[in-house]
Amino acid sequence: MTSTATIPTGRRRTIDPGLRRKRRREALRNLAFLSPWLIGVSVFFLYPLISTVYFSFMRYDGFTAPTWTGLKNWQYVFTDYPFFWPALRNTLWLVVVMVTLRVIFGLGIGLLITKVKTGAGLFRTAFYLPYLAPPVAATMAFAFLLNPGTGPVNNILARIGLPQPGWFNDPAWSKPALTMLALWGIGDLMVIFMASLLDVPQEQYEAASLDGAGPWQRFRYVTLPNISPIVLFAVVTGVIQTMQYYTQPLVAGKVASGVIGGSGQQFEPGYPDKSTLTLPQLVYHLGFQRFDTGGACVIALVLFALAMVFTALLMRRGSGFLATND
Amino acid sequence: MPGFNRALLATAAVALLATACTGTSSAPQASDDATKDVTITFWHGWSAPSEVAAINANIKAFEAKHPNIHVKAVGNINDDKIKQALRAGGPNAPDVVSSFTTDNVGTFCASNVFSDLKPFLDKSSVDLDKTFPKALQDYTQFEGKRCTLPLLNDAYGLYYNKDAFKAAGITAPPKTLSEFDAAAKLLTKVKGDSFSQLGFMPNFHGYESTTTHFAAQWNATYFTADGKSNLAADPAFAKMLTWQKNLVGSLGGFAKLEKYRASFGDEWGAKNPFHTGQVAMALDGEWRLGMAKEAGVKFDIGVAPFPVPDDQADSYGKGYLSGTIIGIPSTSQKQNAAWELVKYMTTDTDAVVSFANAIHNVPSTLDALKSPELDADPSFRTFLEIAQHPKSSTTPASPNGGAYQLTLQDFAFAYESGAHESGKVTDVAAGLARTDQQIDKDLAQAK
Repeated sequence: MTSTATIPTGRRRTIDPGLRRKRRREALRNLAFLSPWLIGVSVFFLYPLISTVYFSFMRYDGFTAPTWTGLKNWQYVFTDYPFFWPALRNTLWLVVVMVTLRVIFGLGIGLLITKVKTGAGLFRTAFYLPYLAPPVAATMAFAFLLNPGTGPVNNILARIGLPQPGWFNDPAWSKPALTMLALWGIGDLMVIFMASLLDVPQEQYEAASLDGAGPWQRFRYVTLPNISPIVLFAVVTGVIQTMQYYTQPLVAGKVASGVIGGSGQQFEPGYPDKSTLTLPQLVYHLGFQRFDTGGACVIALVLFALAMVFTALLMRRGSGFLATND
Repeated sequence: MPGFNRALLATAAVALLATACTGTSSAPQASDDATKDVTITFWHGWSAPSEVAAINANIKAFEAKHPNIHVKAVGNINDDKIKQALRAGGPNAPDVVSSFTTDNVGTFCASNVFSDLKPFLDKSSVDLDKTFPKALQDYTQFEGKRCTLPLLNDAYGLYYNKDAFKAAGITAPPKTLSEFDAAAKLLTKVKGDSFSQLGFMPNFHGYESTTTHFAAQWNATYFTADGKSNLAADPAFAKMLTWQKNLVGSLGGFAKLEKYRASFGDEWGAKNPFHTGQVAMALDGEWRLGMAKEAGVKFDIGVAPFPVPDDQADSYGKGYLSGTIIGIPSTSQKQNAAWELVKYMTTDTDAVVSFANAIHNVPSTLDALKSPELDADPSFRTFLEIAQHPKSSTTPASPNGGAYQLTLQDFAFAYESGAHESGKVTDVAAGLARTDQQIDKDLAQAK
């Protein structure tokens, strides 16, 4: 089916100069069309990425010229930096637990809201509004509600005779409290799931009902296959967002510890007991508070690698998941 | 080979690009003419209206003396903002910078981000020993390089509720830690599983009840002469931690105190637990006097130096010192004009006294401390005495800022909570030795 051209030995293939000019013009034109993307990727992705790799092997405080230190930064972060492993464990915990619960909860709320006959607009608004709350304000409000000493949540728990957790002041409860905060702001996923659920063809449900399928079977064999690309999207974006989780744990830790930081008052990263520490906080801590750009770059690269691995795994699993449902 | 050459060229280009885009600062020569008309930018951290009014009045007085130098003041600046701005440089970067914390002086000096002030001091014939107290000279330099000067001073002492003292039958503020512990217990009123009044909040998250503030009462030495961490070798740290843990235990235990602490209001607001009567004694800086008055506190406030260990009773009167620092970024193109402002604000007695009175801080020069114009409030005078006590001390500058304080604090949190008893460390000495190792590793990373 294919033909191969044989070029005689010792003879160079000649191309018509006019054709060459035409090809060059076409190449330049294509390049011009691609240039916005090429410039964007180069400036906002490739250059920062290459710089991050470069600085991870340098001693650089941001003021004086960088000096080569080899693997020193990598060794420090992995073996001597006391906050790295707790932050990595916390980040993985949040990726597994928080992302899973957010997807399940978002889907559940989406399902409920699509079934509501009256007052649907009110419910949609009520569930979406928390998502619009600024993260700092929302976290401070939660820290107030969950204050173990004066918070209304623990007051109610005490009145009904239930144990009162320390929430943001207890290492065992701080991440579950952050998860509750994330579930409260589920509006983004709810809207996406609601749109995809409304898009499922009704005739498929009718056919399934005629075949005697119950609610679970209709969900399993009709709803889920139809919305599986959205589920995959929610998981992948959730994982990436959780890898970058910064504001809420930082604010929760600061508010709960009560220590805002002043002279002789060192802010404790990840209060309580490093349980709210995440990798992006370490990038800031090393890079912008300790002037250790090299160490911060190492952690940024670890984050990048983790995000890539998680996304690749999910896409691989997801593509199989989607394929089986075709 | 052509492919290899192209790869080599690309690698070199990328390396060149990365290096070329790396901002590095170099100190310009101070060649500007401070007698010509010039506008300099001054960054400071004050944000409360009364404080901003005070600093603006100070600047106005400077401009009256130097009509050719105009000052553009930018307030509410913290150290993180300073670091970013000085890294970025450029024409909008500040010419004079002040910071509320002394923690980063080591970094500022070691990395040349602030100019060496010695040539300016020599030019203006400022004798440091005749101008500033010793402790203040220490915390504004690093390894002999003076890149900042003190701009007012903070001294820490004991605040106590005189009404609560009277009700508990305590007639005078405690002078030794054993007297203090006894007073804290006497002043504590248990209510259910909490307190209606706590004598003192010893937990290390209890606002100013920090490791460094407590350790100053033992005159702890943080580093050896060759710059290694000295926590395990200096018995002061173990004594401080043991005293604190015993007090935590005698007041009800860590968990109970933590739950009570969670009910405290903001340290810098009207609901500070000392204002509300939730604690009867507090370790705090001289600014608390003004804040308590503004909060409308209804009880009589007593002020005294914080008690000292029983075996150091002769050093009663000392305390932890800190303060605001001021320097000239090495990127400034107007360093001579900037120096005029720095010199005025840090060494002019009238300027220092009026500013100290206005914002209720301790003045930072020897002449200002003796000035008859200084605030005559006897409570404030207590802090002036603490500031001048020969045994008063501060935390030393370090090349990685306050990282060593953070590491010590991290161990102290584990120790006070009992986490060390569940396997992290076996005892205080072993824990401090491990903390030393961590501090040394962090220092090695910073060099």
